[in-house]
Amino acid sequence: MNNNVSNPAPADNEAILGILNNSEAMLKRIYLAYFPMVLQLVITNNGNEDDAKDIYQEAIIVLYNKVRAGNFELSSKLKTFIYSVCRRLWLKRLNQMSRYGGDIHDLQEYLPVEEDIANHEEKDIQFSKMAGALGLLGEPCKTIIEDFYIKDRSMQEICEKFGYTNADNAKTQKYKCLQRLKKLFFQQK
Amino acid sequence: MSDIELIAIVERYLNGEMNADERIRFEMLRRENVEVDNTVKEHQEFTSRLKQYGERLEFENLLNDIHNEIDVQALKDEFIHHPSLIVRLWRNHHSKISVAASIAIFAVLGTLFLTGYLKTQKQETDVINLKKEIAQVKHTNDVISKSINTLNTRSKVVAPSNYHGTGTAFAISSDGYLVTNFHVINGADSVFIQNADGTSAYHAKVISTDPANDIAVLKVTDASFKTFGALPYGFKKAKSDLGEDVYTYGYSKDDGFYSRGYISSGNGFKGDSVKYQLAMDVDFGNSGGPLLDAKGNVIAIISSKQAHTDGAYAIKSKYLFKAIQAISPDSLKSDKIILNSKSKFANLGRTQQLNKLQNYVFMVKVYN
Repeated sequence: MNNNVSNPAPADNEAILGILNNSEAMLKRIYLAYFPMVLQLVITNNGNEDDAKDIYQEAIIVLYNKVRAGNFELSSKLKTFIYSVCRRLWLKRLNQMSRYGGDIHDLQEYLPVEEDIANHEEKDIQFSKMAGALGLLGEPCKTIIEDFYIKDRSMQEICEKFGYTNADNAKTQKYKCLQRLKKLFFQQK
Repeated sequence: MSDIELIAIVERYLNGEMNADERIRFEMLRRENVEVDNTVKEHQEFTSRLKQYGERLEFENLLNDIHNEIDVQALKDEFIHHPSLIVRLWRNHHSKISVAASIAIFAVLGTLFLTGYLKTQKQETDVINLKKEIAQVKHTNDVISKSINTLNTRSKVVAPSNYHGTGTAFAISSDGYLVTNFHVINGADSVFIQNADGTSAYHAKVISTDPANDIAVLKVTDASFKTFGALPYGFKKAKSDLGEDVYTYGYSKDDGFYSRGYISSGNGFKGDSVKYQLAMDVDFGNSGGPLLDAKGNVIAIISSKQAHTDGAYAIKSKYLFKAIQAISPDSLKSDKIILNSKSKFANLGRTQQLNKLQNYVFMVKVYN
């Protein structure tokens, strides 16, 4: 069903409020409203739809982090911001793939967003380091850590899930796992 | 207190599971003990990182869910509508296409070069051959008519003469006298002589001619001319023997041309006693060249060749002596020409003889 053409963009202040309130519905509205623009940008500049998806999602993450950190100024339009971030990210990607053969074909004006992208990249590195460390951790440690620290499950639940008879044993196991995870995390480059 | 116990306490503290009493005591400990304080901060930071990681992961899943609802293909078609399939192919694969195209061009050029090159070359040789043939036919005609004019009795003998009006002459004295064939200079308005490497050319005057014996004596007339230097070869008046090893040097082409053979008959064409018959390869332009024996004595002057067979005729030196004697005294500026009878390079090898000989044998250029 092609309903993308008729996705009116939410008003900027409305959108920001939605982001701050963690509204899934607003996220969806924003996402659907601006994806076509980014897809067009990427496709007209040597990319495909998967490239567009990757950089668009990154840009949405950048936007969310910025808004939640209270750094988003309403003076700049949401659309322009998303476009600028995507443009910057795509230029970077093109350079990495050595596919960048001169100037990018622009669809609209853009803002300097280097600082936002630098912040994002810093966070991105942390994220992939954590993913790597968790990947190396192995079971059952990984699940215990995820359940307790990320999904906020109680120790009681975890005990039952893994069949620990003694809650103290489970706790000790959890701390050991956490120690190992820290070690793995900081060992990574 | 082990690390694990400490972390357990820190966690209880951070999660607000401590009672007021415990809390005050722990906060005191934290202020006193930097290590404990650091552990608290570190744990707090790390767990928040873990939390952020989880949130991001969740957020990405959410984004993917939303994305999956989009009909990307339909959207894409909208944008791709303008750039055609070919343009898109070019955008995505232009480097590969370029490489393929270069290879194709090279292959085509390579094939063209290999086949075409050989073909062109063959055509070229054909053309050259043809040109030569035409020139030769023309020459033969010229020469035959000339021979008929001058030497009626020798109508079947083709005088090897002037390729583009050139022949050969050689010095007979150091002060500028040379000898060549009469047929070389016959009818000439002016005569030039030029040495082997083309570095010096002189204007020459015909001093006397002996049409019957086909001999002409020339003299360099240029003021710049001083001397040829002492001649290395001698002149042998006596008749040479059959089978004697002989050689010549002349200008049957632009460069000097050396040929050797032997005397095959004491008489020339149809018993012509003026000439020797030679078994030797000579060509147009050799006319007027010296025929030397192995010791470096001039024994004859190359004059003509047999048509259609190998073999040449050379005028015996006796007639050269006669011709010089017959020159009327008033045409000689100085005294008589005295032909040197002693060869100076009798003991030298053939190549060394030729090295010296070259300097005394000239190309004759005739202008009508």
